[in-house]
Amino acid sequence: MAVAEQDTAVRTGRGTRIFIYGILLLFALFYMMPLFVMVANSLKPLPEITGGNMMALPETWTVEPWLKAWSTAQIGVEPTGLRPYFINSILMVVPAVAISTILGALNGYVLTKWSFRGDKIIFGLLLFSCFIPFQIVLIPMANLLGKMGLAGSIPGLVLVHVVYGIGFSTLYFRNYYAVFPTELVRAAMIDGAGFFRIFWRIMLPVSGPIAVVCVIWQFTNIWNDFLFGASFGGQSQPMTVALNNLVQSSTGVKEYNVHFAGAILAALPTLLVYIVAGRYFVRGLMAGSVKG
Amino acid sequence: MGFLDIRNVTKSYGLVEVLHQVDIEVEEGEFLVLVGPSGCGKSTLLNMIAGLESITSGDIAINGRVVNGVHPSKRNIAMVFQSYALYPNMTVGQNMTFGLEMHGVPKAEREAALADVARLLQIENLLDRKPGQLSGGQRQRVAMGRALVRNPDVFLFDEPLSNLDAKLRVDMRTEIKKLHEKLKTTIVYVTHDQIEAMTLSTRIAVMYQGYVQQLGTPKEIYDTPANVYVATFMGSPAMNVVPARVGQHNGVPHAVVTTQDGRAQALRFSQPNMAAWEGREILLGLRPEAITDPEGADRNSANIVGLSNRIGVTEPAGADTFVTMELGGRDVIARMRADANVAAGQEFSFAVNMEKAVAFDPETERRIAP
Repeated sequence: MAVAEQDTAVRTGRGTRIFIYGILLLFALFYMMPLFVMVANSLKPLPEITGGNMMALPETWTVEPWLKAWSTAQIGVEPTGLRPYFINSILMVVPAVAISTILGALNGYVLTKWSFRGDKIIFGLLLFSCFIPFQIVLIPMANLLGKMGLAGSIPGLVLVHVVYGIGFSTLYFRNYYAVFPTELVRAAMIDGAGFFRIFWRIMLPVSGPIAVVCVIWQFTNIWNDFLFGASFGGQSQPMTVALNNLVQSSTGVKEYNVHFAGAILAALPTLLVYIVAGRYFVRGLMAGSVKG
Repeated sequence: MGFLDIRNVTKSYGLVEVLHQVDIEVEEGEFLVLVGPSGCGKSTLLNMIAGLESITSGDIAINGRVVNGVHPSKRNIAMVFQSYALYPNMTVGQNMTFGLEMHGVPKAEREAALADVARLLQIENLLDRKPGQLSGGQRQRVAMGRALVRNPDVFLFDEPLSNLDAKLRVDMRTEIKKLHEKLKTTIVYVTHDQIEAMTLSTRIAVMYQGYVQQLGTPKEIYDTPANVYVATFMGSPAMNVVPARVGQHNGVPHAVVTTQDGRAQALRFSQPNMAAWEGREILLGLRPEAITDPEGADRNSANIVGLSNRIGVTEPAGADTFVTMELGGRDVIARMRADANVAAGQEFSFAVNMEKAVAFDPETERRIAP
């Protein structure tokens, strides 16, 4: 039955298929290369790296670099390892992502279903915030955080990231809710549900895909941010700043294996988020962009 | 004062008035249909009754209480939307009881009401499903069920059948009619389909360009349309409107029309007040079913007039055969029996039921007779 089971646009023969898979495999290997180097070298003792081949698998396998990077490596002047900074990052990312996503959803809901005079302008201004370079706001933001008494603290970082994140999260949710039938909101109004009840019972339960997109986007951005962390982190610096301090330290021997382990540790949470929610990411992006 | 009073209601968006001085009284248990083409203001009026759109001026009162500023949920109304507007994340049962839950009705009462309505609409087996798992007709039932559960003063239907396919639409139409006869509730129903309006309503408001053109029973609207617009909008195929001159023969007024080959033919009026229009031009309105073959003419009519003219096109439609001819320079459709012996191009002797004829003033397009 050659006619059946064809859901691609172009029919492909065996030769073409081998060619396509070959190319794909090649590119996959190419993109996997840095990860392979990092993982392989993070599991080697240091002499194997300095005296040998970066591309080779470890001769003696060891988790020592990982343990060191996590708990004893010299970060700046303190031999604390990356652990406290990892915890800082978590304490910063979770509330920042949660708050900016919820506010974005609320904004999107208001901008699409409770339109008011000037709502387009408000949305335009929010969108504009997506295009403001981070560097421009550094000094006014430092000033403001200082006045609010939040300088150098995790709540301060959370605030900065929430403010910066609202533009994008609003954009996502607004576009998603724009195609959500307004009749449903009207039906709920007639049924007697109020503003928050409609949001909570009608809108949020169907916002799964776009919420995932928003969470992934915010999580990756906030976790990977270096500039705000370095500028406003103070005593509560996030993982990215610590990693920099670990890798860039200019005294002593460069412990490449520890650096590799540290870098993987820093990248692990975002990787995890992508693996867990990646499927929904694509689905949500499609829902937001194509229909919106 | 009616059960639902719409008193001099207008609606403006900025400087543009889209609804002009609408005045309708609906009695308890009435089935009022607002019908008109898109953009005529019928949905706006319905949304104003529901409280989803504000009222620019005038009053709307439900059950003796003016509800102008009252929130939709406190007007004791229920609405069935065109898209059904079922909450996709809730089961059918939850959908139907959501309104009761929001109004703080205890769970036991909600369950009882749900069971009653589910039995009435025969959707008991669907209660645990999600709207996405239902067919169009089932969704339609659930949407009606959600309205019924609330037991409101007034039901509002916003083109509820327009998303269904033709066959299902006819079935659901019958079902809505049965439901109304059983429950005797007050219904305001918006549609652009004049057949739905005719079949369902106890009264029809024909709307056009923000005005109520005519308010009346289906029979009044059909037999004595207020103006040319109503006459041609209601009925399918539309009423034929032909220019004619009023003449007189033996003291009886006649409508003189021109046939395809330019002959003048006189059609005797039954309406005596047409004598006042003698010598003047009018628009003569004839329903397709008032022009037939002589065998198919209405035996109860006291005024069947012969008219010979050339047949343009014949369109056999199964139950009827539609015949087109030219009269007074316009295409005119006649409705024949299915097996009437007609052929295109043939000179044919039509029978016109002048008892059903309607005359309009060509200037104002208003009805002058009957």
